[in-house]
Amino acid sequence: MNKFWIFLFALVPLGVLGIYFWAHAQGGALWFPAGISEMGEDIDRLFWIILGLTGTIFFGVEALFLWFLFKYDGKGRDGQAVKYTHGNHRLETLWTVIPAGILVFLAVFQFKTWKEIKFRSNAPDVPLHARVTGGQFEWRFRYPGADGRLDTPDDLEAVNVLHVWKDRDIKLQLESRDVVHSFFIPAVRIKQDLVPGMKQLMWFKVTHTDGQPAPDLHEIACAELCGWGHYKMKGRLVVHETEADYRAWLTQALAKQNADQADLGIVE
Amino acid sequence: MNSNTAAPAAAHDHAHAHDHHHHQSFLTKYIFSTDHKVIGIQFLFTIFVTLALGGLLALGVRWQLAYPWSELPIIGKLLWPDQGGQMPAEFYPMLTTMHASVMIFLVIIPALTGAFGNFCIPLQIGARDMAFPTMNMLSYWFMWPALYFFLSSFLVEGGAAAAGWTSYPPLAGIKSAAPGSLNGQTYWLAGLLCVGMSSLLGSINYITTIVKLRTKGMTFFRMPMTTWALFITAILQAFALPVLTAALILQLLDRTMGTSFFVPENLIVNNVEAGPGGGQPLLWQHMFWFYSHPAVYIMILPAMGVVSDVISTFARKPLFGYKPMVIAIASIAGMGFMVWGHHMFQSGMNPALGATFMVSTMLIALPSAVKTFNWLGTLWGSRIQFTTPMLNALAFVSMFVIGGLSGIFMAATPVDIFIHDTYFIVAHIHYVLFGGSLFGFFAGLYYWYPKMFGRQMNEFWGKVHFAGSFICFNLVFFPMHILGMSGFPRRYADPYSFDTWKDAQPLNQMMTIAAVILGFFQIILVANFLISLRRGKKVDGNPWRSNSLEWHTPDVTPGHGNWGAHPPVVVRGPYDFGAPEAAQDGYLGQTENKYPGVKA
Repeated sequence: MNKFWIFLFALVPLGVLGIYFWAHAQGGALWFPAGISEMGEDIDRLFWIILGLTGTIFFGVEALFLWFLFKYDGKGRDGQAVKYTHGNHRLETLWTVIPAGILVFLAVFQFKTWKEIKFRSNAPDVPLHARVTGGQFEWRFRYPGADGRLDTPDDLEAVNVLHVWKDRDIKLQLESRDVVHSFFIPAVRIKQDLVPGMKQLMWFKVTHTDGQPAPDLHEIACAELCGWGHYKMKGRLVVHETEADYRAWLTQALAKQNADQADLGIVE
Repeated sequence: MNSNTAAPAAAHDHAHAHDHHHHQSFLTKYIFSTDHKVIGIQFLFTIFVTLALGGLLALGVRWQLAYPWSELPIIGKLLWPDQGGQMPAEFYPMLTTMHASVMIFLVIIPALTGAFGNFCIPLQIGARDMAFPTMNMLSYWFMWPALYFFLSSFLVEGGAAAAGWTSYPPLAGIKSAAPGSLNGQTYWLAGLLCVGMSSLLGSINYITTIVKLRTKGMTFFRMPMTTWALFITAILQAFALPVLTAALILQLLDRTMGTSFFVPENLIVNNVEAGPGGGQPLLWQHMFWFYSHPAVYIMILPAMGVVSDVISTFARKPLFGYKPMVIAIASIAGMGFMVWGHHMFQSGMNPALGATFMVSTMLIALPSAVKTFNWLGTLWGSRIQFTTPMLNALAFVSMFVIGGLSGIFMAATPVDIFIHDTYFIVAHIHYVLFGGSLFGFFAGLYYWYPKMFGRQMNEFWGKVHFAGSFICFNLVFFPMHILGMSGFPRRYADPYSFDTWKDAQPLNQMMTIAAVILGFFQIILVANFLISLRRGKKVDGNPWRSNSLEWHTPDVTPGHGNWGAHPPVVVRGPYDFGAPEAAQDGYLGQTENKYPGVKA
C-alpha cells in the first residue's frame, strides 16, 4: 500500500511534465500568445530562464522527496534505528547561501528589462501617440490630428480600437475616468493599471507581425476588476505596416468624424 | 508519568481550585465556554460550515467558467427564474469576491489560528488554559457577526460585495460603481472588522499565553513548531492588523460619511459625482496589502508548524534543523512586512520602488526554501509511517514546492507585467493556500482528533479522502498555470468572448468537473469527522506515540485545567525520536527524564 502513496506523489512531477508538453502541442489559448514586440521577447526570455531554473529545482526536490519516501518507507522496519540527528550546520549554511545567491542574481537580472519597460526616464522621446481613457466598460482613444498635439479641435476620438504602425515607438498616456482599470495587450506583453486621478505613461514598439492570423486581431483586455462588465472591455490593436498607411487611416477617420459632427450640427 | 513530575505546592492549590467549578451547565460548558479546548473545537465545527459555503461559491465560479451563460444546476431556476436559471453578469464578481473573502477570513485563518491555536497552544506548553479565557471566548463569538454580515449581504439591495476580496476603491468605495458597492460592500467592511477583532483578541491572547504560561522546563526552544509558528503568527497579526482596520474604517467613512480618503478629484462614476475628492486610490492598495501580504503568511506559517510536528512524528526522527526552522519562520514574518508592494508592480506605483520590492520578495523565498530542505532532511534516514496525517503533511510539502516556486515568476517584475492578474496568480495562491494551508489543516485535523475526542478518525476513509482530494486538487489548479501563460485574465465572467482565449473552454470544463468531484470528496471528510465522534476507534492518550507535551495529559481527552493536580515538567525538546535512550518505536516524550543526572 505504501508504494501506492509513493506512486501518487510521483504523479505530480509526471503530471506536470505531461500537461506541459500537452499544452505546448495544443498551442493557441494554452500557450503564450504570439509576441509582436521586442519587449515581449525580453519578457518571454526571462520567463523561460526562470522556468528553467525553478523547473530544475522542482524536479531535483521531487526526485529527492520521492527517493526518501521509497528508501525510508517504515514498512516492516519497526524498531530499526533512524539517523538520530538534529541537523547539520554546514548543510544549513549551504542551502541558505546558495539559494540566496541565485535569488539575488535573479532579481538583479530583471532590472534592465524592468527599467526599459517602466522607468519614465526611459520613455522614448516622441510625442504622445494617443491618450487612452478607461471607463466602464470601454477604451477611448484620443489621437492628435494634423497638428500633432492633443486636446486641440482636430483630435480624433475613437472607441476600443488602437491604431499604430510598425517599428515606431508608441507612447501612450493612460487615464481612467471612473474606477481602476488595467490596459493589457497580451501580444505586446504590456500591462499598466489606470488609476483615476493619476496619469500613466506606457510605451512599446511593434516590431514583427509575421505569422499572425491577421494584423488587426491583437486584442486589448482589461486586467483589473472594474465592475460587472469587466470581461466586456475588449479592444483591438491594429498594426499598420507603414506610417503612410496609418496617416491614410487617420485622415479618413477624421473626415468621417467631421462629417458625423456636421450631421449632428456640431460646429468646432 | 514518573516521579519527576512532582508538582510545586502552588500549582497543586491552583488545580484544586479548578476542581470546584467543574459543574457547569450545558450552555456554559459547550456554548459560552471559556475553555480553550472547547473554543478550539467550536472553531472547528464552524469551519466545516464556512468551508462548505466557500466551496459552493467556488463551484459557482467554476460553473460559469465551464459553461458561461447556461442554467446553473439545481439552484439556478430558484435564484433567477426570469433568466432561465442563468447567472447574471453582476453576480459573477460577487461569487469571486465572496469565495475569496469566506475562504481567507472565515476558513483558513480561523482554522489554523482559531481551531489549532486554541486547542494546541496551552496543551503544547503545559498551561492550564489561555491567559485571558473570556477574551478567548469573545474571539470565537466575533466570527458569527462576520458570517452574518457576509451571508446577509447577498440579500440586500444590489447584492453582495463585488469589488474583489481586495476591494480596490473607487470600485468598492463609490456606490454607483457596481451593484455590490451599493450596500453589499458596507456589509463586507463590517464583516471584516469583526473578523479583525476576532483575530486581534486571539493574537494578544496567544502572545501573552506563550510568553507567560509555559510550564516548568518548557523553554522557548523546547516548544514544538506548531506553537512556535502560532506565536510568530500572532505577533505578525498583532502588528499588521491595525493597518487593515484603519483602512477598513477609512473606506467605511468614504462610503457612509462622505469623506474622500480614497476618492480623487472630479470623479464621476456612472453619472454620479463622487464626493469632494482629494484622496488617493493607491493609498488603499498600500494599506490593504500592508496587512494582506502578511496575512498570506498568517495563513501558511501555522500550517508549516503543524506539518513539521506531523512529519517528525511519523518519520520517527527528530525534526531536521529545529532552530533554523524557527529562524526561518521568524524571518518570513519579519520580511513579510517589506514585500507588500509586489502586489502593486503594475499599479502605477513608482517602478523604482517596484524594483526594491522585487529584491525583498525574491529574498523571502529563501526561508521557505530552507524550510523545505529541512523537511527533506527530516525524511532522510527516517522510518516513515504513511498514516493519514502524514500523507496530508507530505502533500503539503510537495504542493508548497510548486506554490513557492511559482511565486518567483511574479516576483520578477518584468515577467509579472504579463502574468499579473491572470490565472497564473490564481494557480499560485491556490497551491499555497489549498495545497499548502488546507492540506496542513487536514494533517492537523487527523492528527489531533484523538486528543480532542478520544477516538480516531477512520484511517481507510481518511486515506480515500486524501487520495481523492490530492488528485482532484491538482487537476483543478495545475492547468491554471497553463491558462496563465496565455494571459487568461482573472475575474472574467466570460473570457471566451476574446479570440485569444476562446479555445481554453474545454480545459476549463475538465477543471470544473474535477472541482465538483473535489467537493464530493470533502463530504467524506465531514462524514468521517462526524461518524468518528461516536463510532471511531477508541484510543489511549497518545495513539501516534508522539513526544510533544499535548500527548501527555493525564486523561485521554484533557479535562478542564488540562493537567489534573500536577502540571507537567518538561525535560527535553519535542523531537527526540530515536534517541539512544528512546523506546523501541522511537518515542521519548518531553517529560521523560531519561538523561542521567538531569534535574527535573
